[in-house]
Order: sequence, then C-alpha cells, then structure tokens
Amino acid sequence: MSATGIGASVRRKEDHRFITGAGRYTDDINRPNQAYAYFLRSPHAHATIKTIDTSKASRMPGVLAILTGDDLAADKVGGLICGWMIHSKDGSPMKAGAHPALAQGKVRYVGDHVAVIVADTLAQARDAAEAVAVDYGVLPAVVDTATASKSKTVIHDAAPDNTVFNWHLGNKAETEAAFKAAKHVVKLDIVNNRLAPNPMEPRAAVGFYDKGEDHYTLYTTSQNPHVARLVLSAFIGIAPENKLRVIAPDVGGGFGSKIFIYAEETVCVWASKKVGRPVKWNSDRTEAFLSDAHGRDHVTHAELAIDANGKMLGLRAHTIANLGAYLSTFASSVPTYLYAPLLSGQYNIPAVYAEVDAVYTTTAPVDAYRGAGRPEATFVVERLVEVAARQIGMDPAKFRQMNFVTKFPHQTPVIMMYDAGNYNASMKKALEIADYKGFGKRRRESERRGKLRGIGFSAYIEACGIAPSAAVGSLGAGVGLWESAEVRVNPIGTVEILTGSHSHGQGHETTFAQLVCERLGVSMDAVTIVHGDTDKVQMGMGTYGSRSGAVGMSAISKALDKVIAKGKKVAAYVLEASEKDIDFKDGKFSVKGTDKTLDFGACALQAYIAHKFNGQDLEPGLKEGAFYDPTNFTFPAGVHIAEVEVDPDTGVTEILNWTAVDDFGVVINPMIVEGQVHGGIAQGVGQALLEGVVYDKEGQLVTASYMDYCMPRADNLPSFKVGMTVTACPSNPLGIKGCGEAGAIAAPPAVINAITDAVGHEDVAMPATPKVVWRAAQKALKKMAAE
Amino acid sequence: MAAVSMTVNGHSVTADIDPRTLLVQFIRDNQRLTGTHVGCDTSQCGACVVHVDGKAVKSCTMLALQCDGANVTTIEGLATGGVLHPMQEAFREHHGLQCGFCTPGMIMSAVDIVNRKGNNLDEHTIREELEGNICRCTGYHNIVKAVEAGAKAMAGSGMKHAAE
Amino acid sequence: MYAFTYHRPETVRQAAGLLSRKDDAKLLAGGQTLLPTMKQRLASPGNVVDLGKVAEMKGIERKGRAVVIGAMTTHAEVAGSPVVQEAIPGLAALAGNIGDPHVRNRGTIGGSVANNDPAADYPAACLAMGATIITNKRKIAADDFFQGMFDTALEEGEIITKISFPMPGKAAYMKFPNPASRYALVGVCVAKRGSEVRVAVTGAGASGVFRWAEAEAALAKRFSSKSLEGVKAKAAGLNADIHADAEYRAHLIGVMARRAVDAAVGK
Ligand SMILES: Cc1cc2nc3c(=O)[nH]c(=O)nc-3n(C[C@H](O)[C@H](O)[C@H](O)COP(=O)(O)OP(=O)(O)OC[C@H]3O[C@@H](n4cnc5c(N)ncnc54)[C@H](O)[C@@H]3O)c2cc1C
Ligand code: FES
Ligand code: FES
Repeated sequence: MSATGIGASVRRKEDHRFITGAGRYTDDINRPNQAYAYFLRSPHAHATIKTIDTSKASRMPGVLAILTGDDLAADKVGGLICGWMIHSKDGSPMKAGAHPALAQGKVRYVGDHVAVIVADTLAQARDAAEAVAVDYGVLPAVVDTATASKSKTVIHDAAPDNTVFNWHLGNKAETEAAFKAAKHVVKLDIVNNRLAPNPMEPRAAVGFYDKGEDHYTLYTTSQNPHVARLVLSAFIGIAPENKLRVIAPDVGGGFGSKIFIYAEETVCVWASKKVGRPVKWNSDRTEAFLSDAHGRDHVTHAELAIDANGKMLGLRAHTIANLGAYLSTFASSVPTYLYAPLLSGQYNIPAVYAEVDAVYTTTAPVDAYRGAGRPEATFVVERLVEVAARQIGMDPAKFRQMNFVTKFPHQTPVIMMYDAGNYNASMKKALEIADYKGFGKRRRESERRGKLRGIGFSAYIEACGIAPSAAVGSLGAGVGLWESAEVRVNPIGTVEILTGSHSHGQGHETTFAQLVCERLGVSMDAVTIVHGDTDKVQMGMGTYGSRSGAVGMSAISKALDKVIAKGKKVAAYVLEASEKDIDFKDGKFSVKGTDKTLDFGACALQAYIAHKFNGQDLEPGLKEGAFYDPTNFTFPAGVHIAEVEVDPDTGVTEILNWTAVDDFGVVINPMIVEGQVHGGIAQGVGQALLEGVVYDKEGQLVTASYMDYCMPRADNLPSFKVGMTVTACPSNPLGIKGCGEAGAIAAPPAVINAITDAVGHEDVAMPATPKVVWRAAQKALKKMAAE
Repeated sequence: MAAVSMTVNGHSVTADIDPRTLLVQFIRDNQRLTGTHVGCDTSQCGACVVHVDGKAVKSCTMLALQCDGANVTTIEGLATGGVLHPMQEAFREHHGLQCGFCTPGMIMSAVDIVNRKGNNLDEHTIREELEGNICRCTGYHNIVKAVEAGAKAMAGSGMKHAAE
Repeated sequence: MYAFTYHRPETVRQAAGLLSRKDDAKLLAGGQTLLPTMKQRLASPGNVVDLGKVAEMKGIERKGRAVVIGAMTTHAEVAGSPVVQEAIPGLAALAGNIGDPHVRNRGTIGGSVANNDPAADYPAACLAMGATIITNKRKIAADDFFQGMFDTALEEGEIITKISFPMPGKAAYMKFPNPASRYALVGVCVAKRGSEVRVAVTGAGASGVFRWAEAEAALAKRFSSKSLEGVKAKAAGLNADIHADAEYRAHLIGVMARRAVDAAVGK
C-alpha cells in the first residue's frame, strides 16, 4: 500500500479551505445588485386561501415584487414532482396531489409557501411580508400518522382517504403458513419517530438570469445539482437544460434533505428573470424545521415466527408511513423499496411479507433522511430479534448467529440477492471488542451504584450503492442511477476528475484522488476533483444512498482504464514498440523485456503534441469518460453493540460503550470511513435518545428550533470503538460497499435494546428521553420489588 | 446609521452601519469574511463563534455596535503569516471536520477552551466545554481528539494566546 | 430585527435618563436573551440602551457577611471569581453551568434576574439564599422581586445595579437540564443560614420560581437528604411540555432537592 493509494488514511485535501474559513457555501456567494427573497409561509396547517392582498406591501420601501401561486400559473411554471411511481396492491398508481412551489388555493402545512417577497434588503422583504394580508379559510388539521386515512378531512382531492398508496411486498400465503407452523410468535408495536435532518448549513439559493445570453444560473445547496437541473428543466419548465446552469458549491451537510428539489430554489431562479436582478434566499433554522423534508415517521405492527429450535420461520409487518402534505422528490420510494426489501435482515428467513400504507397529513413533506427506509427496517428486525431472544430465553448474540445467512449469494424472499458477507465474523469481533463476557460483572458494579446497566445489539444490513438502473426502473424510479466520470489529463500530466457525485462532507476530493494516485502513479497534488457544477460536469446522479464510492468511483475507475489504454497506445509510438508489449505500473509505461520507459506525465505531453503518431489511427489528447451502471446493490452489514447505564431516579441514559464492527468491502480511506461511521452513529443515537419532531393537534410545529428539538451534542456521546471486517463486493470493480449510512441504520435498535435490557425488558419508545425511560425504570423496579 | 470602529484580525475598520447589524452580519456582509457561519436563530449552534477581546462569543448574539473599540478575531485571523494555528492543524490531522460548516466555530471555541482551561484537557472536559457547538457530521469523536491534540500542540508552540 | 436607535450611556444616571426620556426603550445587558428575541421579531424596542460601558455596574465584592455582585457581571466572571468561590461556592457552580461558555462570556446576572425566565437558574439562587436586588431606586427582597413568569417587581425605568447575597452556611444548586435547550427543566437551590432553610425551585412552576415550603420544614428539622424522603412535591401547578409532564417534574424536584442537600453538606 502506498502512502496515498487505496487503504491509506490520507489527510483530506479539502480541509485547508474549511479550517481557514475559506470554504465557499451558497450563502457566501453574492452577486452584484442582488435582491433578497423572503417567503411568506402559512401559519395554518390546513386552509383555503381566499384572497391575498399585496397592495399595501408592494408599496413598501425596497419591494421589487410580490409573487404568488397565480403568477407561477400564469408563467406556466410546473409543480414540484415525485420521481418514483408506486402502484398499490390493486395495481392503481399512487395518488399524487399537485405540489405547486407557491400555494394555489390551499395551504397544507405550517410553513407552506404562500408568497415570495423580493426586495432590496432582507429586512425590507420581511417587513413587507408582515404587510401582506391573506384571508384564510381555516380547515381541520390531520396530524396523526396512524389515523390519517380515517379522517374526514381531505387534504388532496386526488386522495379522498388521505392515502397515497396501499402497497405490499413478499408472499402473504407463505408467510401466513410460516406463522401457523411457529412455536413462538413475537409481536411488537413500533413508532419510528419523525426526525428533522438538520445539516448545519441551512438551505440557500441564489438565482440569476442573464438577459443577453437568455441563460439562468442557480447556486443551490444540493446533493445532486444535475438532478436539480433535470427536474427544473424537464418538469418544472424553468428553462431547457442548455439554458440553465446549476451549481452546488461547498455544501454543509445534506443527510438526504438536500437531494430534493424544493420550492425556494425554484422560485429564486424563476423570480430572478421577473425582477431582472439576482435573487438570494437563505433559510433560517426555523424555516428549515418547517420546510426541509423530514425523515422516518412510521407506525408499524410487526411479528416474527420462530420454531421450537429457535430458527426464524417468517416475518410480517404492517406499516403506515406518513409522507406529509405533499410528495417530495423521492418520498414514495422510502417506505417501499428502500424499506421492505431489508426486512430479512442478516437472517435466513424463509417467508417475509410487508404491507405499507402511505398517508398524507398536514405536516411538512417526509422523504429520505440518512439511511432512508433501511433504519426503519433495521429497527423492526432488530427489535423483534432481541425481544424474541429474551422471550425464548436465548442469548441474543447466539440467537442471531444461529439464524445468520452464511451462504452467498443468498436470495431473500423480498427482492434482494445478498452477494457477499461474513456476518459471524463481524459478530465475533464485536463481542470481543465490547468484552461481552465481562458485561455481567460490569452490570453488578453499576447496581452497586444504584444504576441499571444494559447491553443491546444491532446486526444491520443495508442495500446501498443505489443502484442498478434496470432494477430501480422496474421498481418505479423515474431515472437511472448510474454515475458518470471524466478524466482529463493535462499536457504536463496533472489530472482533473469530473464526477457526477457530490461531496458535502464525505471527502471525495481526497478519496477519489487516492484512486487516481493508485492507478496513475501521480501525486495527490497533481489531482483535482471537479464536481457540483452542471457546466463543468456533463451529467451525474449525485450523492446519497452511500453510492459515491461504489458507483461514482467505479465510473472513475472505468474512465481511468480507458486513459491507461490510450496511454499505452501513445507510449507504443513513443517507445517504438508494439502496443501489446507496453506495461503500465507505478506511473510508468515500459516495454516488456527492455529498460525503455515513459513517465505518465511525459506520455501525456506526447499525447498532446502528437508528433509521434500524426497521421496514424490515433487521436491526439488524453481525456476519457465513462458511465458506470452497477449490476446489483451493495450490501454493507455489521454489528453494533451499545452499553448503557440508566439512572432510575431521573431516567437519564448514559451511553458508556459503543462498539461498531462493519463490513464495507474494500476501504479507500479508513480515517474517512471511520468518520462516516461516527457521524452516522451520532445521528442514530440522536433518533433513539434525543430527537423527535412534534406537531400539536392543530398542526403547529412544536419543535421549531433547537430550544425544543434536541440535537446530539458532544456530551451526549461517548467515543466509539470502531472495527472492520472485509468481504469484497463482487458487483463493482473496486469491491466497495459504501459506508455513509451504516451508523444511522445500526444505532437506534442497539440503543433501545440496551435500554430495555437495563429496565427489565419494559418497552421504551423513541426518543427514549429521560421522562420515557424514568417511567419504564419505575415499572421495572416495582415489578422487581413485587417478585 | 451609526458609526462603528473595531479591529478585525489586526486591521482597524470603520463603518457606518444600521444599528441592528449583528456582529456576524458585519463580519460576513460588511467585511466579506465568510468563514464565520450562521446555523441557527436561537444562539445555540456555535457556528458563528469568534473572539472579542480574547473571549469566545456568539457573533449572532451581539450587535456590531457592542464591539465598538473591540478587538475581534475570526477564523480567517487565526493563522499567522500563512502558518496554520496548531488547533487548525489538529482538526486537519485528526479529521475533526466533514462538511466544514461547524468547523470555524468549533476551532474558535477550542482555542478559547485552551485559553481558559490549559493545555491538558481530558475527554470529559472537552465534551462539556463544547456544549455550545453543534456538529451534525462528525459525531464529535474526532473533534474531541483534535481539541485534545491541538491543546497540547499549543503548549509546544507557545501559542496560548495566539487568538487575541 | 426591527430598526431601533442605539444608545451607550456610561453611568447608571445616564441610562436612567435615557429610559425616562425615550419611548419604548429597553436595556441591553449581555443580550443573550434580548437579542435572540429581537431577531425573531418578538420584541421591537424603538431605543436600545446598552449597559456595556457602565463601569459602576460591574464587579464583585465581599461586604461583611454578603457578596455583592454588579448587575453587569457576566456568568463567567461569577463562576471564576475567587471571592464567590470561597464565600458561596454553590453560586459559583450555578453560574458556571448556565448555558454554554459563549453565553457565559456575555450573559449577566442582572439581565438574568430582570428577565426572570421561568427556566433560568439565578432566580432560584436569589430566592433560596434570600438575596437583595438593588436598583437605582430601592432595595427589593428576592421574596418580593419574582412575581411570575417573566414578571418582576421592577417598575418602568428601574435598573438593577447590584445583587447582594448574604452568605449561607451551606448551599447548593442542582439542575436537571432540558435536553434540548439546556435551561433548567427543574432546578433546585437549597440554602441553610443559621436555623433557616430555604428551598427554591425553578424550571418547574407554571408561574416561575417558587419556594417549596414542605421541604423547607423537613430540612429545618434536620439538614439531610434523608429528611426529604417521603416529602413529595405536588404536580398541580407545574409545567407540562414535550420534555416533561407535571408528574415527572414533581418527581425531579424531589430528586434534585435531595442531591442539592447532599452537595451542600459535601456528600
Ligand atoms: C444558548 C443559551 C443558553 C442559555 N442557557 C441558560 C441557562 O441554562 N440558564 C439560564 O439561567 N439562562 C440561560 N440563558 C440565558 C442567559 O443566562 C442570559 O444571559 C440571561 O437570561 C439574560 O442576561 P443578559 O445579560 O444576556 O440580558 P439581556 O438579554 O441583555 O436582557 C434581558 C432582559 O433583561 C433586561 N435587563 C438587562 N439588564 C437589566 C438591568 N440591569 N436592570 C433591569 N433590566 C435589565 C433587558 O432589558 C431585557 O429585557 C441562555 C441563553 C442562551 C442564548
Ligand atoms: S448562529 Fe450563532 S449560535 Fe447559531
Ligand atoms: S463538520 Fe459538518 S457540521 Fe460539523
């Protein structure tokens, strides 16, 4: 392994600008003469808009325009879209209500966009917003996930029972038979709490229109600028692709929430032409809580069937998924194909059946948030499995081990074909790192101090590297999920990599460069990664679903193959040898059996000066592109073990130890991968212990700031013990599985399994705040006293 | 409008500003120093932390006028003569950042912790002292390591009060 | 934020003069409460009177058996003061646990007491320790000062200049932080001076900080956490929100009170 190649913990190239304050985020971008947008948002969860009177507001100082849904309609600007078609059990297509960027006739959640005020300054725009008089006809709110479909209040005429679809997956009859044959049946009711993604950089957009060129530019906080351009062009109809440039510069975290195409960026770019000036919008945190797409929000009943020997026979789940007031960009895929196909977990379960009802409510749209569907599935599986082990009196690690899939490839009953893994290896390593043997002693030590100690497992699996275009297409995706790359070798041998992946914290500028160093033998300094600009990179699908390594880097790898192949042709002319005798190693072309060599840089120069092969069947230059479309999902998997201590007097849970053993396939940069694991665990612990979006009965958002929405802070978390096992992924050339979401997927059940272990197996809902845990601990203590 | 003068990263600056200008707006919009970020409306996230007269403050919760005559240091003023401050170096070395958005505030807070608590910081102290800084990316693990190492390195480089 | 005119007096007199002359004028101390409120457009003073340059409102001194703290003294200064640490260590510890380091560098005791946030920490210390709030006009006993959520005995134009804490024999404050805001979900301050024991509870009461008579009576008999076993706070009249219902808050009052007593006796 070289110091900068695959497997080295190279320090990040991008860090210099971030640690010196020279990062360039969307809000750091200012255009000459820019105006500011402020969105007037609905104060009601559900209301008709009778009139909007802007007469007073439009006369206020600095106001350039006040635009409403009527103006959008007049300009024939299309609505926001959901790009994944789901069909109900009966074959009918999902019921998608219209989703205009500015409300047309009705508002459907608190924070819905009523009008935009564009003014010289933000303060002026805000002042004017207060003077816009809106006459609302207030309607009842529909907030509760479980009962939304029974409400008499209809949110979209297109969905009379507030139901988007009733979908299912798996074989119902076989699963029922499995349950009939079972010795033990474990049942759980689960609420997977609604979360606000909260990247620390709020969303922002700067749109401007060049009259001379008839061309738009949009700077936006996006994880996939090309998808944004595609949607803004093809569906919303702002401008054809060649007239619209979308740039996502440095982006301060996304976690899914910046995949989607939102009202605000749409309006900024559209309004910039209307007012003839650049239009800038920057979300404040409260707006982010109100209008960034939320995550999770499932209500599930799940059951696991087990035979007399402890073998799993079947699993079934019925889930109601809250999709909020409108279908966000990928909302429909999350509780369906990103969820149910993972319900087999790491286990050999012969029969699985899932039913999912998706509902509208008068709350913010819900879409993918780190893990997207897979944390929900893992929570169902790993809670069931833990409770089952307790119920049949088996050690939870052993119970898992005896049901693990051990032969690969393994076809699950729910679509997925697991291609490689060694789940026992991860479990064994995790048990060792966590000193599982010593737990009993530690528990007694806690008891002496009046504390309750618990240990909890989570053996998760995820389908990542999203993913093969044909597969996702057959499941309803409106796009293909390949990735593109272009390798531009400059005449002196420096390299620019243009990628359709987008980095917003993942460190692509470093890991992608490592691949180039490894393959071309050039130095890290000689490689630049270019991303996030539709004018520079032709096309790409962006970064989410832990896909940039497995898919994005595979595309780069493919393009590098082509560069090397062409380099060999050039070298053959220069070294006056036959192409088949040219080798390429450590940055040098050489002729087999001779000492004749040509440096990669020298070869590049020869490719451009073209003196040696003019007139031959070889084009000058050294630049190659590739599109890579994988053949399967990737299946990262691992075991996390949480050890907690509960203070029964207060209900405070402290996480004492965290062990994570993950199999991500081949790892390019262990330092960065571990960082992804840490961050994911923190978000998963956040879900389990701290975070939860709360709407009141009227549909008002109670958790609209950090005063009420509890973000994980440094003192909520321990340091993590991270280990790895490796089985290479067979479906891509690099063997990478992906690591971005693992922690967030694994952590919640590990925490809840540990807490319930501490409090005598009493059920505990997420977030397990002190209030919740205290009640469970009190019950447990009472029971113990009674025994 | 009201006149304000202060020293920002060693340069004296004077401006006529709307009294409601926050220090962070003055730094970002007026001085065009965009390394200081805004991540919340409730003074809780710490993305905006700078030093005013040597003390860490949230620049989103101060008026620029309150800093009249003060000495302000932002993330851009931490490195001297092109040499990174040991705390900056430590964040890079220990992978204490991912998206980088919280990072300027984290680093300014970390330097302040060392100024107050010395160069030998244990994990518990660091975690408690970071209460006012939220990071969504790193899970804090590597930030804690970076602060610990940066604190030690500051002793070595004699840069205890470098941020003033 | 709405527009306002900014003033920077250098003496209490000047500040008081501005308050009386200017319409809807508001004092600005550390700004850690006022500025976020103004940013969210929940307050709109036409005039802001910044106390930052009023030197006479700063500083900490020991006066006989009392510690007198200037209203513009920051939480960090109180926490770090050798005088407070020696005379009333529980007060220094309380100040060192308000908000986060940045908030402590700006926020002031005067601002906190004047604001009387129902979840703030200082009001509990003032009430339990029997502090006197000194203004430019008069001296007000803590018992008379705190009059309900965000409500105090301060009159229009009155400025807190100092707060005097008589030194307790034993005192400690225990806070159960709100997981999100880190303000007090429940905070209990116990103080014993001579034979008098006072117990003040913050964070929990629907009308702000209050004294817990049953606990005071029990502790007056014997100042030990054992005395509080079986003494239960009533849930009626306590706050209920997404973080804690009234019953849980009532329970926490008991736990925090016992822990505060243990801390006060050095357990
Ligand atoms: C993130 C964060 C966390 C916090 N956590 C806590 C916590 O855990 N516990 C806690 O107790 N507090 C907490 N606070 C509040 C903090 O302690 C404030 O500093 C305090 O409440 C107000 O003090 P200030 O000096 O900032 O006052 P300002 O915000 O300047 O003023 C507050 C109010 O008091 C008035 N006022 C100020 N000074 C005087 C005076 N001398 N005489 C009369 N009126 C005056 C002002 O006009 C204003 O109405 C937190 C604040 C933040 C931002
Ligand atoms: S922006 Fe200042 S604390 Fe969040
Ligand atoms: S590095 Fe992204 S928020 Fe901290």
